[in-house]
Amino acid sequence: MIAVTKAKAKLWSRLGARATFGQALLEQAKQREDLYAVSADLCQSSGLVRFRDEFPDRFINAGIAEQNMIGIAAGLAKDGTTVFATSFSPFVTMRACEQVRMNMGYMQSNIKTVGLGSGLIMSQLGNSHFGIEDAAVMRAIPGMTVIEPCDGGQIMKAVDALCDYDKPAYLRLTGGPGLPVVYSDDFEFQIGKAIKIKDGSDIAIIGTGTMVYYALKAAELLSEQGIGASVIDMHTIKPFDTKAVEAELDKKLIVTVEEASVIGGLGSAVAEYLAPLKDKPSQLILGIKDFFPHAGSYSYLLQSCGLTAEQISADIVKMMEGLS
Amino acid sequence: MSDIVSLKQHASHMRKLALKMAHSCGGSAHLGGGLSLIEAMAVLYGDVMNVTDKDLPYSARDKFILSKGHGVLGYYAALAEFGVFDESLLDTFLSDGSDLIAHPVMKPEIGLEASTGSLGQGISLAVGLALAAKKKGYTYQTYVLCGNGESNEGSVWEACMSAVSFKLDNLTLFLDNNHMQSDGMSKTVLDVSDKYAGMMKALGFQVIEIDGNDISQVLDAFHMPHEEGRPKAIIGDTVKGKGISFMENNPEWHHNRLTLEQYEAALEELEGGS
Repeated sequence: MIAVTKAKAKLWSRLGARATFGQALLEQAKQREDLYAVSADLCQSSGLVRFRDEFPDRFINAGIAEQNMIGIAAGLAKDGTTVFATSFSPFVTMRACEQVRMNMGYMQSNIKTVGLGSGLIMSQLGNSHFGIEDAAVMRAIPGMTVIEPCDGGQIMKAVDALCDYDKPAYLRLTGGPGLPVVYSDDFEFQIGKAIKIKDGSDIAIIGTGTMVYYALKAAELLSEQGIGASVIDMHTIKPFDTKAVEAELDKKLIVTVEEASVIGGLGSAVAEYLAPLKDKPSQLILGIKDFFPHAGSYSYLLQSCGLTAEQISADIVKMMEGLS
Repeated sequence: MSDIVSLKQHASHMRKLALKMAHSCGGSAHLGGGLSLIEAMAVLYGDVMNVTDKDLPYSARDKFILSKGHGVLGYYAALAEFGVFDESLLDTFLSDGSDLIAHPVMKPEIGLEASTGSLGQGISLAVGLALAAKKKGYTYQTYVLCGNGESNEGSVWEACMSAVSFKLDNLTLFLDNNHMQSDGMSKTVLDVSDKYAGMMKALGFQVIEIDGNDISQVLDAFHMPHEEGRPKAIIGDTVKGKGISFMENNPEWHHNRLTLEQYEAALEELEGGS
């Protein structure tokens, strides 16, 4: 497995999620002959130009036809081949939703779909290109694995792990160039196993994707106010690591934060786990509220969705006041 | 090539198997569209494809996708008729826990290559299979059967465009063009069923137009060599409910239940005709 170093972490951060993904797949293709990539006219946007140039026989462009792309990927995967299929997140998860459901869900085809530019990073391009509902949609499909890496090193490791994973999966890529670095040293990555990054005594913040970094920043702000927060990187939101949440049941509050709709994603996964428990902490679900944010810069969008470290920490403080 | 007489007998027997399934399940079944494709299935399973040889490896065994998934009566009948699975399995059709439900559920052990039923998806899968064969040097041929109603779906045309673009001369599409669909005659729903051949030609398919219920024409069409670098489309002009006069071209038999009297009358008609 690829090891994270400070220098590499810096490089991947500069490249951003999509280019890092492309590099990750290129590295895997060098080591694995039976690995294919398909895209829907988004070779460049997927960071796959070098992959295509070095392995032209293993890159297939389906044209701007995401539904057909998923079907083709399923045909290629039928003999057990690992196939990555990329497009912008709404197109691959919603335009092609039924193809994903039939092929990856019903037939458990060994396809890894990659949702490029999910969350709000498509900024000025607007809601047509934002990934708001994709996590919920994909999580609802039986048998689907959903992974949301928090930084470049984790993208590298997730792609590596997915190549050895014989089940269908959705790789949700959030963040752009200047991607936050959560891990500047090497770490263990295992699909379905959350990583506890920070220990705290009062509350637990569970983040996924870019929001892991913001959760860490919020935890710093909270500690200044005397609130100790654990921070958990829930890179796999399905299958869900219930043990990681179980370990936090002694806290007053569990906070989930994601660059996705508050309906159906990480927050819902945690709520589904907590619901039947008798004694449990309250939960605060942070993410994109049930609306289409007005397009703008990424920082403007994070602000308008209440997802900056300051806003996250303020929401937590407010909730804590209500609890005491 | 098989002899026409025996294939006709197989087709006739498959119609009886289809009727028996539809009647004994005790509920409604897609009879019309299951009967229009019988000749295509008889020719594919009885002659063209090598799938009945169970020792063939994946790379050599031909692939068949029933894209119009509701055509199962003809599909299951073919799998039983040509020994891919035991005929007794047909008795379980639509019973709880059965492998044989109203749309195919993937189970390679009994010859069901894919789960279909959501229309317009099977051709993409077939394109992927044919493309994989090209990429990996697999020798199998890929066949996909779709319907005229199904071809209202835009994804059919995405798949057709890519089949041409990828130059898949190892792919054959059979269009079971019975000119009807769930809501009745296609011309009253989306009036394009007589245009599909032209559309496929315009895209660059090798197009063969035939009477899709004539065994000899179906056989010739499947055996016609692929033009190099082009996928082949056989546009089979068919009759919905073919072989049972009270079902033929009658929209009521798209999905319906057979009474005992109707079942006996239909069987009698088939007996007389074979």
